[in-house]
Amino acid sequence: MNLFQDALAWLTDPERSAGPNPLVDRIGEHLWYTLLALVVSALIAIPLGYLIGHTGRGRQLAVLGSGAARALPSLGLLTIFTLLVGVGNAQVAAIAVFVILGVPSILAGAYAGVEAVDRTVVDAARAMGMTETQILFRVEAPLGLPLLLGGLRSAALQIIATAVLAAYVGLGGLGIYIQRGISLRTYDEMLGGAILIVLLALAVDALFAIGERVARRAIGSGPTRSRPRPDRPEPLTTDQQSTLEEIR
Amino acid sequence: MNWVAANLDLIVELTLTHARLSLLPILIGFVIAVPLGAFAWRFRWARGLTLTVVGLLYTIPSLALFVLLPPIIGISFLSELNVTIALSIYAVALMTRSATEALESVDPDVRGAAAAMGYSGWGRFWAVDLPLAGPVLLAGLRVVSVSTVSLVTVGVLVGSRNLGYLFLNGLQRGIVAEIATGIVMTVVIAVVFDLLLALAGRLVMPWTRGADGGRTRRAARRIALTEGPA
Amino acid sequence: MIEFRGVGKRFADGTDAVIDFSLVMPSHQVTVLVGSSGSGKTTILRMINRMVDATEGEVEIDGENVATLEPVQLRRRIGYVMQSAGLLPHRRVLDNITTVPRLNGMGRATADELGLSLMDTVGLDRSLARRYPHQLSGGQQQRVGVARGLAVDPNILLMDEPFGAVDPIVRADLQAELMRLQRDIGKTVVFVTHDIDEAFLLGDQVVILATGGVIAQKGTPAEILANPASDFVADFIGADRGRRSLRIVEQAGRRIVVDGDGRAAGVLTDDSAAR
Repeated sequence: MNLFQDALAWLTDPERSAGPNPLVDRIGEHLWYTLLALVVSALIAIPLGYLIGHTGRGRQLAVLGSGAARALPSLGLLTIFTLLVGVGNAQVAAIAVFVILGVPSILAGAYAGVEAVDRTVVDAARAMGMTETQILFRVEAPLGLPLLLGGLRSAALQIIATAVLAAYVGLGGLGIYIQRGISLRTYDEMLGGAILIVLLALAVDALFAIGERVARRAIGSGPTRSRPRPDRPEPLTTDQQSTLEEIR
Repeated sequence: MNWVAANLDLIVELTLTHARLSLLPILIGFVIAVPLGAFAWRFRWARGLTLTVVGLLYTIPSLALFVLLPPIIGISFLSELNVTIALSIYAVALMTRSATEALESVDPDVRGAAAAMGYSGWGRFWAVDLPLAGPVLLAGLRVVSVSTVSLVTVGVLVGSRNLGYLFLNGLQRGIVAEIATGIVMTVVIAVVFDLLLALAGRLVMPWTRGADGGRTRRAARRIALTEGPA
Repeated sequence: MIEFRGVGKRFADGTDAVIDFSLVMPSHQVTVLVGSSGSGKTTILRMINRMVDATEGEVEIDGENVATLEPVQLRRRIGYVMQSAGLLPHRRVLDNITTVPRLNGMGRATADELGLSLMDTVGLDRSLARRYPHQLSGGQQQRVGVARGLAVDPNILLMDEPFGAVDPIVRADLQAELMRLQRDIGKTVVFVTHDIDEAFLLGDQVVILATGGVIAQKGTPAEILANPASDFVADFIGADRGRRSLRIVEQAGRRIVVDGDGRAAGVLTDDSAAR
């Protein structure tokens, strides 16, 4: 536990705010890269996810994307992109990698959120004369919000974790303390940096968890997947089913 | 391509080491997480706590865990054990949630029918719940497998020797082909593991070929879509 | 008046749900389409508001071919009530009822006023207005569904097994409520059910469908009961099982009505005493 005391001492050292490598700057960098990458990913992934969810076409794309994001080693992507765009442009390379890794989670969240909406609700909305756009924005998007937030949450954590590695291609951020600590064998710095990273990740995670809870409450019920009903509805008759499939 | 031809031995060696390093956490994760997931599923009171704890573990970025773990459990930073244990923790965290969802995806009517036929307690768990949760468990295991293979590469930053070595070495020496080889071989291992798991699933659960219950299929797809590494 | 002329529907997978269906559904009356699953009854209903497009023949509303009408505009002037109510789970009861008027640009205050009066119409307590759908019982949800169907004061109300998912006691309640409502508002109602008793109870015109939307028999309940057109119809309405053939048995000086199995159905009284 001695090491952790050293780490705490390191964290609270006045050097951390006055020295050459101030904590606040590194935290700011880390959050800024995360936010930027998250926004760019969302701009790409949300419209695409809604399109897939609403039309039901291109589901394979969503599944493939999730698989690829998981299989591709983030460190490998960071290093190869850095080499490709030149070490001087490491920031561009890093943001591109963050977006590549962030898009699939958000896409999956947007898509799954829309798809999880009870099809009979969508059918009813269409039957009373909502246009397809109205169905998407007034029914599917609000009901799918908790799952979309879940996707954003995974993407944010993924980006935060990858941004830690980005110190190795010269990006800065909180990973820099771990990188320096490991190479210089300064355990207090490395542990202090790791603790900060964990706290940052937990804080962002908590923020999204609260967001998800608020969203669930705002749409009026617990789970969006199955609406609790006092009496179980009979299953759809076959011709109702075939019509439902027809209109989808 | 010249680089690849000149370094075939290194590539093969690193690939085999990488596969070996990935295997243990996947197995440990499965063996620990299924009982843990069953526990969380069976006992309502344990559910919230268990799932919250695994959820938090899962939030920790991998490099930070590699750094924090050694002083906590008293091993060396550069020990291979460090990476194995850290990745096992992720595997458990991921798999526990999947295991709980897998058991939840079992059709309550089928469970009811099994109870009505006289199955109870452990008998029902082994004969009905676990086999029927199988497809979703498999989906979760496949996610764990792919993520673990990918995360092993981060271990190179704390001295583990695996395909991640090609990333750092390639960056220092400016050889794109070297890094590309590392990425490709990592993905190859992940795909091979995934195919093996899918095959094993078909052998162990022959009834999943062709028709499948909607509940489990949806749950399996949801896990395949939305669970991922931090 | 709704008229089907030689209407057919073939789904993309090549199955024929409805073949050469022709029928007139008179205005201000309740037409009940009754049949088992696969009879195409829901498909026929959904061709009226173009939730399904006919692949053959024409569907006309008051002489206007629906194929020439814009689906969204068409649907907004036709009420639709479905089995699972299909309420928007993230909107409160009142907002669910007023969805279409609001889409049509009605102001919130006016719409809320209308919604509350519709709650009265369908027998829902106004105190439920701020609840979410999942906080209501199945029967209450169904009433909200009916109120929503009536919100734009449509001439036509389509009801697709609206009471299929509620328990028998609530269903009887809802059926009685619908009959009372129909006496007041006199809509052109098209009602789909698989329950022949419900069809006879509610229908001015009852249309019994065999597979593929083939009309096995149509007429008033009395006409069908008096003269089943085929064995299929007789079987469907239960005539051959003796359920519908009631006879009178004298017991203790009173006339008891019993069914084919000899089970007592009721006591026969004089007209004057009954009213």
